[in-house]
Amino acid sequence: MPIINIDNKNYEVKEGKNLLEACLSLGLNLPYFCWHPALGAVGACRQCAVKVFKDADDTKGRIIMSCMEPVKDQLRMSIDDKDARNFREHVIGWLMTNHPHDCAVCDEGGACHLQDMTVMTGHSYRDYHFTKRTYNNQYLGPFLNHEMNRCIQCYRCVRFYKDFAGGKDLDVFAAHNHVYFGRQQDGILESEFSGNLAEICPTGVFTDKTLKQHYTRKWDLTSAASVCQGCGLGCNILAGERYGAVRQITNRFNAAVNGYFLCDRGRYGYEFVNSDQRIKTPMVHHGPAEQSNGIPILEHVHHRIVPGKTIGIGSPRASLESNTVLKELVGADNFYLGVSAADHDLVSLSLRLLRQGPVRAASLQDAAAADVVLILGEDVTNTAPMLALSVRQAVRRIPVAAAQQQVHLAAWQDAAIREAVQDDKGPLFILSVQETKLDEIAQGAWHTAPDNIARIGYAVSHLLNDTIPEVTGMSEQGRDIAATIAKTLKSAAHPLIIAGYGGGSEAILKSAANVAWALHDLGIDAMLSFTVPECNSMGLEMLDGHRLESAVERALNNGVDTAIVLENDLYRRLNQHSADLFFSNIKSVILLDHLYNITAEKATIILPAGTFAESDGTLVNNEGRAQRFFQVFAPATAVQESWRWLLQVAAASGHTTLSSLQHLDDVVKYIAATYPQFDGITTLTPDAHFRLAGQKVPREPHRYSGRTAMLANKNVSEPKPAEDEDTALSFTMEGYRGEPPSSMIPFFWQPGWNSVQAVNKYQVETGGPLHDGNAGKRLIEPNVNGHTPFYTEVPEPYLPLKEHLLLVPCYHIFGSEELSIHTPGIAARMPAPYLLLHSEDAKRFQVTEGHLLHFMDNGHHYTLPVIINDTLQQGVAGIPVGLPGMQIAEAPQLIKV
Amino acid sequence: MLSAIEIEQITHELQQVPVKKAACIEALKIVQQQRRWISDESVADIAAMLDMSTAEVDSVATFYNLIFRQPVGRHVILLCDSISCYVMGYTKIKQALVELLHIGYGQTTPDDRFTLLPNACLGTCDHAPALMIGNDLYRDIAIADLPQILDQYL
Amino acid sequence: MERPLTQHIPPSGAALHLKEYEAVGGYSALRKVLQELTPKEVTEKVKDANLKGRGGAGFSTGMKWSFVPMNVTGPKYLIANADEMEPGTFKDRWLLQGNPHQLLEGMIIAAYAIQATQAFVFMRWAYKEAAQIMTRAIADAYAAGYLGKNILGKDFQLDMQLHTGVGRYMCGEETALLNSLEGKRATPRAKPPFPQVSGLFGKPTIVNNVETLSYIPHIMNNGGDWFKSLSYTADGGTKIYGVSGKVNKPGAWELPMGVTMRELLEEHAGGMKAGLRFRGVLPGGASTDFLTDAHLDVKMDFAGVAAAGSRLGTGTMVVLDDKTCPVGFVHNLEHFFAQESCGFCTPCREGLPWTEKILLALEQGNGTYADLEQLEIHTQLLGPGNTFCALAPGAMEPLQSALKYFREDFEQHIKDKKCPYAHH
Repeated sequence: MPIINIDNKNYEVKEGKNLLEACLSLGLNLPYFCWHPALGAVGACRQCAVKVFKDADDTKGRIIMSCMEPVKDQLRMSIDDKDARNFREHVIGWLMTNHPHDCAVCDEGGACHLQDMTVMTGHSYRDYHFTKRTYNNQYLGPFLNHEMNRCIQCYRCVRFYKDFAGGKDLDVFAAHNHVYFGRQQDGILESEFSGNLAEICPTGVFTDKTLKQHYTRKWDLTSAASVCQGCGLGCNILAGERYGAVRQITNRFNAAVNGYFLCDRGRYGYEFVNSDQRIKTPMVHHGPAEQSNGIPILEHVHHRIVPGKTIGIGSPRASLESNTVLKELVGADNFYLGVSAADHDLVSLSLRLLRQGPVRAASLQDAAAADVVLILGEDVTNTAPMLALSVRQAVRRIPVAAAQQQVHLAAWQDAAIREAVQDDKGPLFILSVQETKLDEIAQGAWHTAPDNIARIGYAVSHLLNDTIPEVTGMSEQGRDIAATIAKTLKSAAHPLIIAGYGGGSEAILKSAANVAWALHDLGIDAMLSFTVPECNSMGLEMLDGHRLESAVERALNNGVDTAIVLENDLYRRLNQHSADLFFSNIKSVILLDHLYNITAEKATIILPAGTFAESDGTLVNNEGRAQRFFQVFAPATAVQESWRWLLQVAAASGHTTLSSLQHLDDVVKYIAATYPQFDGITTLTPDAHFRLAGQKVPREPHRYSGRTAMLANKNVSEPKPAEDEDTALSFTMEGYRGEPPSSMIPFFWQPGWNSVQAVNKYQVETGGPLHDGNAGKRLIEPNVNGHTPFYTEVPEPYLPLKEHLLLVPCYHIFGSEELSIHTPGIAARMPAPYLLLHSEDAKRFQVTEGHLLHFMDNGHHYTLPVIINDTLQQGVAGIPVGLPGMQIAEAPQLIKV
Repeated sequence: MLSAIEIEQITHELQQVPVKKAACIEALKIVQQQRRWISDESVADIAAMLDMSTAEVDSVATFYNLIFRQPVGRHVILLCDSISCYVMGYTKIKQALVELLHIGYGQTTPDDRFTLLPNACLGTCDHAPALMIGNDLYRDIAIADLPQILDQYL
Repeated sequence: MERPLTQHIPPSGAALHLKEYEAVGGYSALRKVLQELTPKEVTEKVKDANLKGRGGAGFSTGMKWSFVPMNVTGPKYLIANADEMEPGTFKDRWLLQGNPHQLLEGMIIAAYAIQATQAFVFMRWAYKEAAQIMTRAIADAYAAGYLGKNILGKDFQLDMQLHTGVGRYMCGEETALLNSLEGKRATPRAKPPFPQVSGLFGKPTIVNNVETLSYIPHIMNNGGDWFKSLSYTADGGTKIYGVSGKVNKPGAWELPMGVTMRELLEEHAGGMKAGLRFRGVLPGGASTDFLTDAHLDVKMDFAGVAAAGSRLGTGTMVVLDDKTCPVGFVHNLEHFFAQESCGFCTPCREGLPWTEKILLALEQGNGTYADLEQLEIHTQLLGPGNTFCALAPGAMEPLQSALKYFREDFEQHIKDKKCPYAHH
């Protein structure tokens, strides 16, 4: 490793980095703006100036930008040099000539990189006494504020939005000191990753608009490490609360999962926690429990638990702890997975494929490092948005190696590498039912029915391994596509095959596994990524249980007296007819959930269940990674974790094993001991007894203000702070001030680093993993040595039928997920229900765009306005999934219009 | 909507470049040639033709001072305000133009005849002060010449 | 005295068209090169002549060419930088309008040397007449077989395009020029990689000034020793010098490299206009340090002007007389540079408007001594390496030297709270 000399001290640093990265990785303070570990260096802001010297005798040296200078053995440099310090201070001085100094009213204040860097350089007096230039701000949609006067023109926003995330509607306009960052005209930012601008922007130009609705300074937030509930990827988040409301979600860096970024559903989908539809008190027969004859609520529940006649319905959006406790409470025979038949089939198949096959599941980090990507049947941007961002990085990264050969520069030389790369893209192939957003960066994108997609998958696998049967009756075009894909995959080192729930087809999943396994047999390090619909879909499937339809059947056969429904709206799992049947054939429904919904209307007893923000628990993501999320705040209401409610119910009923469990650690240990598939979840985070220097880890920064006053309007006595008996975190500002274990970091803060950029200080090296490794533990590892037989049951080709259409599911990042739509901004971006048709089919059924079309599914009538989409195969119709108020339709299925 | 001529000329430019985006400036010039200035609609039309986003096209359009993103008159007067012309007294020429036309920099006469803009060095410094109207360069201008010069442009 | 670049341009400045150019030996150099020399030999010849770039930086042209990788596949590009936008500079216009084929011949030879197959003339928008002339010259050259496939029957092909700009001084910076030619914003690129390795569309590219390229046919015909013999000094060749400002005969002349400033000002430009006294001069365009009457005997070559504390730059001088306010003069320059900053790096984007505002305040009598200090600070901080490209450092050159040579004028503005020149 090269040795560099910084201010007369030698340091061993990593080869291939730039000097800024090297300094920050060493823990040295050096201010910067335009550089970002995920974006590389462009040398725009000139903030990271240092001096370099020719040799030990050179006393004059010269100023260079550390972000643009590669590490070189024996290099001598100085951060502390007088000229370098002077220059850095003046860079801030220049930036401040137009910055409005409005920190007091700026949402970024207190968590502002510009503030931190200003203090770091020592710039404290303004010499500029002329007028400042001013800009008009833009309306950018429901997620981001725009305040251009604060802009310091670091160009990070466009580099993230355009270059990194592939957005098209944010750019830099004009020239000289009039440069403007925004949209061409006012309007909603189109990218699904726009919210990251709030973190990428080093000052208050782009700030979180949802935070503004209930603004709180970062130092006044009670925060905790959490895991996103928005999809099955399990991105790491930080959630902050004040006055009982979640105020903001920000990224929690995890190198293996989401890195520095989140999607907009994940960042903004938290408002359901604060919804006025929240269930906050126990209810019996739709009245508050206290008024129900004075009987304690647990008694009400206990009375209704009839052994053998009580079933539990689990949930893919509830924690492993809650699901497991429910399963134990009702007994394995009576535990049903609260998921639709299609989701269950697809997720359980995904799990089987990952466990039995020789190919590992890719993390998001792995996906970004793939050198060929094949997507089968999945609209990744809408079903697993951050995976789409990883795919974009893979496609961007692949040609970089060749460009580096040409220009002999490190990959962090962002502008030079982009210039050398030009429009070259890595190989991405997409087969989907309709055009997807990633098509624009794909080498090939084809649209056809799910079975036809699977057939191409099978055909590809046949070309990779001729023991897999040939697909007969394939069109010439299909054969060409398969040949192109197979040829590219064969030459890959780390190809990634993506499929999942979005395609709605088991055949696609099997064909994807075939391709990956065939590549594996060729000695290629292939990876699989199967998307799953919800945050704990995989965990629930691993826990195992009966199908939800059997619960309905059992109810119809008078086999159920009481159903305990865990965090679930069964009307999103069953069609209305089945759900109605189920509820009308059982005596009592005990529901634990957050929000009042249709299922709640059917409930006899409702227990207010904590959301992620009020709960501790564990989730398993689509790659089988178990991750702990921590309670953010102690609710002032009866809301508590579902698992705690269920433990209390168990205790009230004298349940043998569960009665002894009380705290999170008890439950976690119990799960690990009882279910070998979850062995290891005890090590996800330190247990509740963990202490650092004898202290707990505080959820509140030491600058947390108003604790003695914030409730004074209710009671002049300061209430006793809540105590956390489940974890090593405290709900207060008291506790250990140093760096906690990475799995429980409640906020990123270091002296002098108040903004999100403080994460540098928690990393082994800039952009690298956190100090004690990436949080989370993979529970599913491939069966590397075993040999799994390939799938051979190639589906028949789908050809358009005369009187029928094949209904396929269409997912929407904004709209298809149950809880996030309670954020008004997300609801505003949700599509209205529709039926997607090819124009030829529209002609056939004599409708045009906007016309209503009618069809029936399982006795339910659907009447939907038509949207024409000619990227669909003829004979295929798309229907949106999960939109509120829309009946679920089985898809894929044939419908008669 | 782009005219047939514009489409034809842009199509020709597209044949000269390895990537469509590279024809962006040429396309802006072509449209400006036809319409005097680049409207939001033109930005969108060019973007569509070049497979670019409107933001990308406008990012380029707004960078260059001789792409006009606001309407200009039939004749754009570009008065050199750089150093040799400064020494040779362009400020007096400017004042005279302002008085003759009753407009300032960036403004257009109500009859849509002239727009007055300052411009960096026109590269004819040995004949300062200088100005350009359309394609025509005027050098060694004296205030007395101005009415006659302007009269040529209707 | 030989004037290889301009001797055939008629006094009217009218263009030398193809036949006329051929009649005076035009394209004989190209013929010779294609028949007798390998690309490497062409580059060596230019290196031997020690031709230094005439665009302002004065880097060895042959050396620049030699950095182009020769064993690569894919296109390479040769670009003539005809974006003459340095205020006070009007030398390339003369060559473009007067002898377009001389440039084209130089470009074809240069393209052969680096084995480029596509060439561009990047011409500033304002040169309407030059653009017309160049358009015709390119068409004529194609028709005569000097461009296109199998040039002069040899296995060498070159396509040539004229690109006219849409403004912005930045386009004269070679990497910003490349971005502009790619249809992008004309912001500069970081070096390395140099355009020779990764230039236009990421491919190896040479960008040379018009005057530089125009010299190539002559060097090919007459050799390096001849080239060196033209000069009074170690920097070979002739140079096109120009003078503007309040002199009797402003204009441009091709003279031996190293002619003194005194000769230029007093003989060729005819001295100061009646009643005016010489106070100083920007020797090579707006982005060079002032020289004063103490420097009149400075030899106008790269080393000579540098030794006097300025740069030869483009060799076109702007004269400051004693009735023109130096503060106003410098304010005009800084206004230009602030306007033409691309807005990419902080010191340039924010620093230049600051200096512009201070200079305006001074000129209007609202300046303070603290303002002067702030100007000094800027001249120190906006140096090469501190900013992304050379624009801001160039902008500081006239400012720092004005503060040095005309300090009393600045102070007078502060003391009088008005411009002492205002009544003139």
